[in-house]
Amino acid sequence: MKVILRNPRREVDVPGNRRVKDILRELDIIPETVLVICGDDLITADQVVRDGDTIELRPVMSGGSASGR
Amino acid sequence: MKCRKCGETAVLELRRHNAAFCAPDFLEFFRNQVREAIRKHRMFTRDETVLVAVSGGKDSLALWDVLIDEGYRTTGLYLDLGIFEYSVESKAKCEKFAAARGVPLIVSAVADEVGAPVPIIKDVTRRPPCSGCGLSKRYLMNRVALEHGMPVVATGHNLDDEAATLFGSVMHWQTDALPRQSPALPSTHAKLVRRVKPLYRLSERETAAFAFLRKIDYIVEECPFAKGATSITHKEILSRMEDASPGAKHNFLFGFLDRARPAFERAESVLLNECARCGQVTTGTICAFCKLADQVKRRVAS
Repeated sequence: MKVILRNPRREVDVPGNRRVKDILRELDIIPETVLVICGDDLITADQVVRDGDTIELRPVMSGGSASGR
Repeated sequence: MKCRKCGETAVLELRRHNAAFCAPDFLEFFRNQVREAIRKHRMFTRDETVLVAVSGGKDSLALWDVLIDEGYRTTGLYLDLGIFEYSVESKAKCEKFAAARGVPLIVSAVADEVGAPVPIIKDVTRRPPCSGCGLSKRYLMNRVALEHGMPVVATGHNLDDEAATLFGSVMHWQTDALPRQSPALPSTHAKLVRRVKPLYRLSERETAAFAFLRKIDYIVEECPFAKGATSITHKEILSRMEDASPGAKHNFLFGFLDRARPAFERAESVLLNECARCGQVTTGTICAFCKLADQVKRRVAS
């Protein structure tokens, strides 16, 4: 399965048929720091992603001068 | 995972609340948190026009979306920082958002006010880019609100922003900064408008989820100058703590607001003057913004 990462945008292939939380652990990504997007939906960490699926791990963290955020 | 309210498939787990929600129930949860923030801190009324500072990012556009839906009178303010393609894209997102909803948007360019865009300001001052950027934003937000007769500026600061700022202040024991950290800062001078943060009860992930579910077209790419910013490092540390102990960020911030902040409030008030140059509020004779503009204009001219 394909995982889309951002900042910078890139794609990685990982084994599928696993729960989202296992994929995040393998990629050393803290669940709190990303949205997990599959198609037009958000999915939770306990959901199983199939081999042919693509998910996007969209970072939620922004920083710097937050005055006008 | 099932929605805590309706039992349908959940789209987001909120571990700090020991809950998960489907999309409609999450959106309602989110709006309720904003309503509670506005109510608890009496941030603004429906008779006032709220100036919403928007950057094109998820937080400020999510905030604006909620306030419009709640029936508040709002005007957006986009400050063009002149940060290459990032600013071009983020400005376009704000303009598109405002046009789609038929709400007014004021655009003000930092370069017109300071004499140069943020990348040049960074080189001139030799300070971190976020320093001159933050100073310019605070000054211009207040001035634009005053010029347009708006009594309050709302920003999209979320729980993570506030916890990270508090963490930074505590790490350096900046006791002068601690009392100023609040979801709602009152006006303490005729030329200072109120500043409020209606998203302070919601995490960064929650605002991102709200923006995604509401199909808000926001800029996902990070500001190129934010890389390596201290605030990001603090957020990463806090996120690891949150992962190990859900609710850690909430407890840190809300514990401070409820129990520690009053202890840092100074008995004496700071004497506020009007800047001899621009008339805006300052603690000195010339405000920090005018000093920055002078410095930048001198360098650009030479």
